[in-house]
Amino acid sequence: MGESLAREVTDRADVRPSAFTMWRVLLASRLRAQTSYRASFALDLFGNLGIALLEFTELWVIFANVKALGGLSFAQTAVVFAFANIAFSLADLIVGHVDELPRYIRAGTLDAFLVRPASVLGQLITSDISPKRITRTLGAVAVFIIAIAHLDIAWTPLRIWALISVPIFGTAIFAALFVTAAGLQFWLIDGAEVTNAFTYGGSYVASYPASLYQNVLRTFFTFVMPAIFTAYLPALVIFGESGPAGLPAWLGLLTPLMAGISWGVALGLWRLGLRHYTGAGS
Amino acid sequence: MNSTDLTHSTVSDIVIAAKDLTRIFTRRIGTGRARTKEVVTAVSQLNLTVAAGESVGYIGANGAGKSTTIKMLTGILLPTSGTVQVCGFEPVRERTALARHIGVVFGQRSQLWWDLPLRESFEILSTIHRLSPGDAATRMQELRDQLELEDLLDTPVRQLSLGQRMRGEVAAALLHRPRIIILDEPTIGLDVVSKERLRQFLLHERAEHGTTLMLTTHDMGDIERLCDRVVVVDQGSVVHDGTLNALASLVNTQRVMVVDLVQPCAPMNDIPHARLTDCDPTGVRQSFTFSPADTTAAAVLAAVSARAQVRDLTIEEPSIESIVRTLYEGQRSNPTSTP
Amino acid sequence: MSRNLLVAWQLMRSGFRRHSAYRAAAVAGALTNTVFGAIKASITLGALASAGGHIAGYDSRSAMTYVWLTQALIAPVNLFYWNEIGERVRSGDIAIDLARPVNTQIAYLFTDLGRAAFEILPRGLPPLLIGAVTTGIHVPNDPVVWGVGLLSILLGICVSYACRFLINLTSFWLLETRGVQTLYLVASNIFCGLLIPVHWFPPSLQTLAHATPFPSILQTPVDVLSGRYTGGAVAAALLTQTLWFIGMMFAGHVLMRRGRRVLVVQGG
Repeated sequence: MGESLAREVTDRADVRPSAFTMWRVLLASRLRAQTSYRASFALDLFGNLGIALLEFTELWVIFANVKALGGLSFAQTAVVFAFANIAFSLADLIVGHVDELPRYIRAGTLDAFLVRPASVLGQLITSDISPKRITRTLGAVAVFIIAIAHLDIAWTPLRIWALISVPIFGTAIFAALFVTAAGLQFWLIDGAEVTNAFTYGGSYVASYPASLYQNVLRTFFTFVMPAIFTAYLPALVIFGESGPAGLPAWLGLLTPLMAGISWGVALGLWRLGLRHYTGAGS
Repeated sequence: MNSTDLTHSTVSDIVIAAKDLTRIFTRRIGTGRARTKEVVTAVSQLNLTVAAGESVGYIGANGAGKSTTIKMLTGILLPTSGTVQVCGFEPVRERTALARHIGVVFGQRSQLWWDLPLRESFEILSTIHRLSPGDAATRMQELRDQLELEDLLDTPVRQLSLGQRMRGEVAAALLHRPRIIILDEPTIGLDVVSKERLRQFLLHERAEHGTTLMLTTHDMGDIERLCDRVVVVDQGSVVHDGTLNALASLVNTQRVMVVDLVQPCAPMNDIPHARLTDCDPTGVRQSFTFSPADTTAAAVLAAVSARAQVRDLTIEEPSIESIVRTLYEGQRSNPTSTP
Repeated sequence: MSRNLLVAWQLMRSGFRRHSAYRAAAVAGALTNTVFGAIKASITLGALASAGGHIAGYDSRSAMTYVWLTQALIAPVNLFYWNEIGERVRSGDIAIDLARPVNTQIAYLFTDLGRAAFEILPRGLPPLLIGAVTTGIHVPNDPVVWGVGLLSILLGICVSYACRFLINLTSFWLLETRGVQTLYLVASNIFCGLLIPVHWFPPSLQTLAHATPFPSILQTPVDVLSGRYTGGAVAAALLTQTLWFIGMMFAGHVLMRRGRRVLVVQGG
């Protein structure tokens, strides 16, 4: 009995860890570091719940003055708002730190990544994680539940699919925007702040009915930085509403496709950026 | 073992092969219309071959191109022209494959996880390098004993002293038993005891595993203790490549011993192989200049002690900067002196 | 007195110069503020259209003036994360500041004014110009409005600094201040009128906002500059800002003295 146990242990000790184990270990270490100061972690959780509540206050103040916004009612707009916040806060939780790339470059952390036998982007993504942001997601989920209860929706398979696509593919779109930002920052360095225009700006745009935006803004955030695919378009499918001219509701079913394209672009840019870094140097 | 490991370890015992290695940077200066481009050649047609098991000191003044060379050797920076192979790999193109065979220590940058206990950095690195747990444990035990890390393992890296952290950095770079370890200023800022401990460990590691060693330093002591070969770069080119003794014969590596005597004493201008270069009016403090090739500090001290009682002494070593400067000036004024 | 003025001037210059080194950052910031301005303008115009053209005394022109002025002033009044003093407390470097013969709180105020002086043009002008071209804004033609407007902006920067300084000092007592900082950012951003004019708030929320110093940071300067107030109302607005400034500075002063004691007891 004891002997077989010992053998099992040595057998296992001979197995080289898989790539999956590697990423799991990296992430787990970050989680431990993040949550080790319990008091400040609790304050962070509270702070992020505050973000969710106060951002909703903005919407609520607008609807204290109007009955509809961009053709949607308060409850409908609240669903759009909740979708955008769920997708964005999850992406922010997982990869939000990658757009701090210039800091990693200045500290020499990126050079340390380069001399290790693992993907640099993978190391960057797993170098930090912000579990504190989960309360922002939960706040948005609460808004969604309350708002959807005020709407009378007949749940068809297509509508359920639109609903499911938000936390998965909507999150993927925002995550891709963060990686795109990081890829561009290899060139921008000191001007890295400009990428906030489409990461945080994308989340702002996505939180309101896209029918409000004029041509340039709408086209940019639909087809270039597809933030509008994360919330407004899937929400139109669920409401059974037709979108404004040029933005038909059926686009809302293409969120997974847009997520795929966004990741293709993001990874391509990242690879080009890294090549620029190793080619141009710092 | 996979086939790449086999081919790369049997092909040859050349660890670093750089040919006509050149790196040019283009910097933009100024803004708007006044903006101009400045072209800086950091490394120029550098040739360097390092065989397995060698120990090379790579020295030069600040801005001579040392860091740029190291970045090109480790896969962080692409050469503008020329070729480089490390352990048989092209550093940037085969970055991850190369990373399994080299260890890198940047003296002024940490690659440990600053907010976690040291132990966890090693655990993470051993999974990144895909070491089996058994293998990692054996290696870790070895490094732990050699570098006296036992008491530091549970301390977060940010709370370690510089000397302690550097031991951790070196252990982290050697965890996966690399064929070569490249150290960029490993002893910078360390106290005498920490420096010596680190040097002893590196000597041991080399003797035990035949690890190839390449280091940049500003400390002559590192070169004397650790390196059998010295490569001096200036303005991106190799200006000397040979043993330390060969370097010493090329440039004057004379030392100065300053002694404080208990009682005033007449100027001692007949110490064998040493010149009296300074003597204060009272004769209490006297300075002797000698070349390590002719005599030793001990012999000079013995000769002085035979005449008078010594209260205190200091020995001034030539700095790497002054050696490089002399070497470069010598080469410029007498271009035929080096081949 | 003249020596003090000289010191203040030098501190302002150092703040100005330190930030003028980051020109690319200023350009990037201006671009980002402009994109956010365009989004905010769309939402605001949509809300006005739904409400029949007017909300709380704003028509589309005055609302657009509000949108672009707030975007232009975000950087000068600094509504972003700022933890310079907090980091000095954490690293113990604050002891160096405290040993200097000038009051730390006031010294950093002048450095901050120098920073704001640099940022007001490169970060402020682009969104205003884009706004003027795309949606149109109201430009005051009365020099008095310009004068009191600039004074109000100055007071807004001062109130913002006094508040940020206060939050930074929590580092004396808290190991990790990110949570506090996040809450402060969120609260200040909404109550200063950055997202929605404070005048649009329902009465109870408006009362709450005015119980904080935040409207004095942004809403008041924007109101004064856009000519929303006249006569005595302008004087009252400036007085409110001044009182908040003095109050927050005093609170910061008291907290600093307490923090100093923590420093002495714990030895940094």
